[in-house]
Order: sequence, then structure tokens, then C-alpha cells
Amino acid sequence: MAELSGAEIGLAVSVFLACTVEAVEALTIVLAMGTTRSWSSAMSGVGAATLALAAIVAALGPALTALPIGVLRVVVGGLLLIFGLQWLRKAILRSAGLKAKHDELEIFREEAETARALGGKPAGFDAYAFTISFKGVLLEGLEVAFIVLTFGANQKHVALAAVAAAVAVLVVIAAGAAARAPLARVPENTMKFAVGVMLSSFGMFWGAEGAGANWPGGDAALLALIPGVLIAANAIVWMLRRAVPVAGVEQPAPVEAGEPAGVSA
Amino acid sequence: MSRVQAFFSAVWDFVVGDDWRTALGVVLALGLTALVAETSVAAWWIMPLAVLALLALSIRRAARGATRSG
Repeated sequence: MAELSGAEIGLAVSVFLACTVEAVEALTIVLAMGTTRSWSSAMSGVGAATLALAAIVAALGPALTALPIGVLRVVVGGLLLIFGLQWLRKAILRSAGLKAKHDELEIFREEAETARALGGKPAGFDAYAFTISFKGVLLEGLEVAFIVLTFGANQKHVALAAVAAAVAVLVVIAAGAAARAPLARVPENTMKFAVGVMLSSFGMFWGAEGAGANWPGGDAALLALIPGVLIAANAIVWMLRRAVPVAGVEQPAPVEAGEPAGVSA
Repeated sequence: MSRVQAFFSAVWDFVVGDDWRTALGVVLALGLTALVAETSVAAWWIMPLAVLALLALSIRRAARGATRSG
């Protein structure tokens, strides 16, 4: 087996983590539909969405890899960076307690309750279970397809990215089948944080290269960029925790100029 | 909203997300990198600085007036 370069390992890890997170979210929706409505219809929805995603990757993959490398890098780098900063921003806000974390059990309960409230489970094909499962898998999968395509095309290794995504899906399906419940204990935000760091770092690296910049040390610059982004993101979380007040905790009133602290009028 | 409008709106939401200023900042930083790369001055440092600034500003906008859970 050919040895993988550092960038290729980064590609595989990023795609695996991103795909795991999205697969966990999709699994919650499918489980809710399967247990409350119809497993066969929910699984038909999953199959149809998987085919749609495969078609998107198959159609856009060759088109992207046909682009000249300079254009590809600046376009893909820019898109990855925009995407990565979105992931990182949300992960930072969640880590700092400014945004609610994904609660798979709560989402499962809500989806199941809505499905039960509709009542009238049909004997045959259940259009509701099919549609909700299809939409859930397609929407969660689109982000992964985008990452697989952009990362893979840039490294000329769409197959490696697709394999990493497929392994992630299989791991999540196996864990879901074993647990027979939403995977609430997966550290989703930590994984999203890691994906945000990786996408932002690779996006910055490729985008600048595509725009004509030369990184000191070439590919080795990634060894500074990835920890650099990670440290900056953690520093922002630390500052937010110190600066933003906790909900429900009364803040001390500002001290008037000329008034000694701790003395009330 | 027509189907075409809905399609472009979905693409916009998917790519740009809920902070268009960050997306615009990335495009401008890449443009500046390309301009500086044409000169004899090193251009690699522009993107890390831009990313740090864009991330900090985006978080600042999101955190303005917010409180956090315990």
C-alpha cells in the first residue's frame, strides 16, 4: 500500500470526523422515523438520499478535478475556509456556552413526538417516514459531500476522501445498531471544533497557494497553521468564558465615578 | 418565491451561511494575497492574519449582548 502524505492523512481525518458528526445527526432522525413510523419506509428514504449524494459526487467530482490546479486551489481553498470558519464559529460559541449544544436525545424525542402526533400509521409505504429520513440524510450528507469533493479534488484523491466518509458512516451505523438509540455520548462539539480547525487551516493554506503565495517550508507550513488555528480558537473560547456573563447571575452594578467601590448610597 | 430563487437562496445559505461578512472577508483577503504575490513582497502572512481577524470579529458580533449557560 502506498504511504499517505501528511496532507492526505489530514484529508482522511477531516472527512472522517465531519462525516461521523453528520452521520450521528442523520441517524437520530432515521431512528425516530423507524421506531415510531416504519423502518422499511425510513430505510427507503436513506437509500434514495444516499443515491442522490453519490450522484452529486460522481457528477461534480470529475468536473472539479478537471480545473487547473491554481484555479482549483484558490476556489476550493476559499470555499473550505468559508465553510471551516462557519464550523469553527459555531463550535467556539457552543464551547463558550453561548449556543446550545446538539442534544441527540432531545432531537430524537421531538422528532418521535411529531411523528406520533400525526397518527394513522399506514399499513404499507409511509410517505412521512420516507420524506423525513430522505431530507435528514440528504441535508446532513450534503455538507459531507461538499467536503469530500473539495478536499478530495484538491489532493487529487476523491477516492480516499470517499473511503474515509464511507468508513465513518459504517462506524456510526454499527454503533447505532449496537446501541439501538441515538448516539448521545459522541462528543459532537469537540469533533466539530476539530473539523473547523482542519478545514480553516487547509483552506487558508490552499487558498493562499492558489492566489500565488509561497508558504515558508512548503507543505510543512501546515504543521504550524493547524496548531496555530487551534490555539487561537481555544484562546477565543477562554476569553468569551471570562468576558460574557452567565445567564441568571446578576452582575455587579457599575461603580459611579468618584464613588468608592463597595459603598452604597 | 420561484423555484430558481429558492435554489439560489439554498445555495447561498449552504455556502455563505449566516455570516456573509466573513465570506466577503475571505474573498477580499485572497484578492489581496494575489495582488501582493505579484510584487516582490512575501504574501503568505496575509491569510493567517485575515483568518484570525475574521474569526474574532465574527465571534464578537455573535457574542454581543449574549449571556452564556452556566
